[in-house]
Amino acid sequence: MGWERARRLCGVPVLIPENLAELREAAGSHDPVLLAGGTDLMVALNHRSRRIESSSTVVSLAQVSELRTWSHDSTSGELTIGSGITWSQLERVPFDTLAPALAQAARTVGSPQIRNAGTIGGNIATASPAGDGLPVLLALDAMVDTVGVDGERSTPLSALLTGPKRTSLVGGEVIVAVRFNANDGWQGYAKIGVRNAMVISVAGVALVLDRAARRARIALGSVGPTVLLAGEASEFLTSEFDWDTWTCSEATIATVAEMAAEESRPIDDHRSTAEYRRHGVRVLTSRLLKRGRERR
Amino acid sequence: MKRVETECTLTVNGVDHAVTGLHPGESLLDTLRERCGLRGSKGACEEGECGSCTVLVDGEAVCSCLTMTAAVSGRSIVTVEGIGEAGAADLQDAFLRAGAVQCGFCTPGLIVAADALLTRNSSPSVDEVREGLAGNLCRCTGYGRIVEAVLDTASQRREQP
Repeated sequence: MGWERARRLCGVPVLIPENLAELREAAGSHDPVLLAGGTDLMVALNHRSRRIESSSTVVSLAQVSELRTWSHDSTSGELTIGSGITWSQLERVPFDTLAPALAQAARTVGSPQIRNAGTIGGNIATASPAGDGLPVLLALDAMVDTVGVDGERSTPLSALLTGPKRTSLVGGEVIVAVRFNANDGWQGYAKIGVRNAMVISVAGVALVLDRAARRARIALGSVGPTVLLAGEASEFLTSEFDWDTWTCSEATIATVAEMAAEESRPIDDHRSTAEYRRHGVRVLTSRLLKRGRERR
Repeated sequence: MKRVETECTLTVNGVDHAVTGLHPGESLLDTLRERCGLRGSKGACEEGECGSCTVLVDGEAVCSCLTMTAAVSGRSIVTVEGIGEAGAADLQDAFLRAGAVQCGFCTPGLIVAADALLTRNSSPSVDEVREGLAGNLCRCTGYGRIVEAVLDTASQRREQP
């Protein structure tokens, strides 16, 4: 347990703001360490791969009421999800209909215990290429709203994610919410792992067929330094999909799946091989597209 | 704004515990076992994989090893010790009857996770029980008898609410 080894004489303050104003004040502390669900940070602390410096301040985000809300503008269709919304919430009503691909991704995250703690904001900030929510949010062209010492900004998720576990967030900048259009058409997420639960994705694909915009988006997880938008495959599908009759040919499906596989940039690592991951992208893309054209 | 450094009050199983000497980033699991004397919650992986440290925070099952103690001060924490007292001993009996306990190390976490599952879903299917307990590893039983015990408890609770 390392109990005695871990014991330190000094404490580090933990601030527990309850609203955005308090959060901004807390996040302005020297070297703030942001704590959302704790499912990444606490693992690093427990295993001593990270330690909290005595000059730091931990800022718990769990009690900030504004981060735990969501809203749906039925006129514009825009769905705004607070960064503190957990995977457990995203699995259920109303997100299973407003954002079905996100609900599907939520159900594949960790275990019930992890999903009760882990948040969508934490998924974005951790910026793992294997983060299950990220391909979905990328395919939905999600915008990320943040507050920092310099004020507020909205950034496309694609610009926020800069590398493996790297983002353009600066010190003390906090994700408040993520915004995208609620489902109008069909969307889905599928991933490959070594088992059905408690598994980090070996490859993941999100497909969004946007009826109003007549646009298809395919995004890939675990096959690059960040989650990737398969831009060419998305464009090709957008032009080849018959948006009036809601269908596409077998040949189109095969081509789109091949293009998405080509656009992936996987590597060999302890979890899988580049070759298998690319194969996974091909199969998952084809599978999702077959599901998507069946149901509108 | 609430600020916790080395001291806080934890509400565990309805009892307030004054905790002192917290070290930076201390987990709820360590605090429960080493400071509150509640050793029902077990520590094994300390990375959220095994579920043996599962507790309820405001009614939600979470891994206490991934919960920072300072951040849950003032919230309602229930450990396996509290679940027995609160009347979920039926679950513990069902585990014993079904032979769902072998070495027993995973059992406390399973009892808490199963109780949370049954609170949310009073008549789960086999698949729902398996999905609901997916965060709890057992290396002895092969899970069959655990699932049986949970289903048995569910039907008992439905008959005698």
